[in-house]
Amino acid sequence: MRDLSRSSRRERVPLPAALLAAFGAAFFVLPLAGLIWRAPWAGAWDELRSPGVRTALRLSLVCSLSATLLSIVLGLPLAWVQARWEFRGQALLRGLTTLPVVLPPVVGGVALLLAFGRRGIAGQWLDRFFGLRLPFTTAGAVVAETFVAMPFLILTLEAGFRSVDRGLEEAARTLGADRWTVFRRVTLPLVRPSLEAGAVLCWARALGEFGATITFAGNFPGRTETLPLAVYLALESRPEAGIVLSLVLLAVSLAVLIGLRRRWVAAL
Amino acid sequence: MGLTAALRVELGRLELRVDLAVGAGEVVAVLGPNGAGKTTLLRALAGLAPLAEGRVELDGVLLEDATAGVFVPPERRPIGVMFQGDLLFPHLSALENVAFGLRCHGVTRGEAHRRAHEWLDRFGLASRARALPRELSGGQSQRVALARALAVAPQLLLLDEPLSALDLTSRAEVRRDLRRHLESFAGVRLLVTHDPLEAMALAGRIVILEDGKLVQSGTPAEVCARPRSAYAADLAGVNLLRGRARGDRIEIDGGGALVASGAPDGDVFAVIHPRAVALHRSAPEGTPRNVWRGCVEAIDHEGHRARVRVEGPFPIVAEITAAAAAELALDRGGEVWVSVKASEVNAYPA
Repeated sequence: MRDLSRSSRRERVPLPAALLAAFGAAFFVLPLAGLIWRAPWAGAWDELRSPGVRTALRLSLVCSLSATLLSIVLGLPLAWVQARWEFRGQALLRGLTTLPVVLPPVVGGVALLLAFGRRGIAGQWLDRFFGLRLPFTTAGAVVAETFVAMPFLILTLEAGFRSVDRGLEEAARTLGADRWTVFRRVTLPLVRPSLEAGAVLCWARALGEFGATITFAGNFPGRTETLPLAVYLALESRPEAGIVLSLVLLAVSLAVLIGLRRRWVAAL
Repeated sequence: MGLTAALRVELGRLELRVDLAVGAGEVVAVLGPNGAGKTTLLRALAGLAPLAEGRVELDGVLLEDATAGVFVPPERRPIGVMFQGDLLFPHLSALENVAFGLRCHGVTRGEAHRRAHEWLDRFGLASRARALPRELSGGQSQRVALARALAVAPQLLLLDEPLSALDLTSRAEVRRDLRRHLESFAGVRLLVTHDPLEAMALAGRIVILEDGKLVQSGTPAEVCARPRSAYAADLAGVNLLRGRARGDRIEIDGGGALVASGAPDGDVFAVIHPRAVALHRSAPEGTPRNVWRGCVEAIDHEGHRARVRVEGPFPIVAEITAAAAAELALDRGGEVWVSVKASEVNAYPA
């Protein structure tokens, strides 16, 4: 008879599951390990200080921060309206504002060209009345990044707005606060965690955007060649530079992930 | 001058239809079962639920008139509301919470904080001024909520079940503070509660709301002496029956009859205090003119007393001593005879 007392009290992972899980983990660990292992650490610092890299880095920061700002200005009201109001076509609108999350970025870039290109639906008016041309400009890169990143902000913010206790807003109104004061002094402070988490997610996504940027804004150093595009270009001619740039982006992504780890769960 | 409200509110399946006047300096408690529309009434008076029909006027100022299209939003009504769960702003300290209303009314930050501090002092909470709501106990946060509502010097104070979210000890401590501050408050005070104790302790007049309709209004004593609904009867702890009287005989709705002395003719309510109901093992022979056979449905023991619910031509609750219950060996489903003297049946027009 089997000695049942030998089986440990804590159940162990079944072997098949453990094996598959290990392969799954390797799937993620190997590429990242490869990046760190094969990095040219010796010349990395010099690479980072080369003018091309610094331009790409500066441009990436400027564009991603501008895209985040634009996302907040447009996304905050949109998220608020979506969370608080019910209107016809709401499901469709919500689908559209979430679409860029699943849409292939290069397709997004094509769509942006058709809308804001020189002969695009809105683009032609922008050109005619404001002399504003978006494709293949820095502003265009910002627009492309905003297009793909704003949905992340909206998703997080909408959930945040929904979780605010409406009773608190009503209490504020009975105390004499008009709707703007309620928003400013009660609602906004209460969604601050969601806003912060959403903004960081948005920024990280904007920073890493490639497909829409290269399609809509092109790959012009100093104008639209952000870090991801620089990596792509560098891989052809100077792989070491490409690897170093990749490490920079990897470090940023890891920092975002670790920084948001707890907030992620709380805010989403 | 007070509050006059004649309103109709539709909320889901509830239709609230109330005609109410509360004088300045009056404390009125709105009682009723769950779903009666008490909170809806409060919200309508606060401007948080639109009127389908009717008008609300406070101290001569029109707050809302559905037909004339007049609507003063909540932030411009001179009201203070104390909610069921304190609803303190979680990101602001106790002091900032109390100062919130003042600042909304244009008071400078320094002055608002000073006045808020005074209020907290009056409630004995000055030491907790910098604490956040989550650091306060239930009783403390509810008192801060009251201070917050009073700080804006409202003309109408609305309290929505202010004690129901508290445990028993906090309830007692907040009830004391509530009573003290309600007494010194000069405006109209409307308190919604389903706790009769709260109502009796705090209010001068009780209004009973059932199914969206105002069923009875009067002082606590009046309501208990002459309840006009099952809820009011439960409140008073008496048996309430309804029927048609002719001479000394009352035909009870739903079956059965009672003999009462001095019953007015026509539609009547008949009240019998449970202590006036006697129970017997066998058919009694004696003076009581109301005698009938029934079946014990339930027995509730409360200390030395027992409340026995008896089913018969109509249900009745008898209150007897625990000893007597034991002596009679009463049990559920057992047969029992009930007797009530005609003089103990108090009938009044319905």
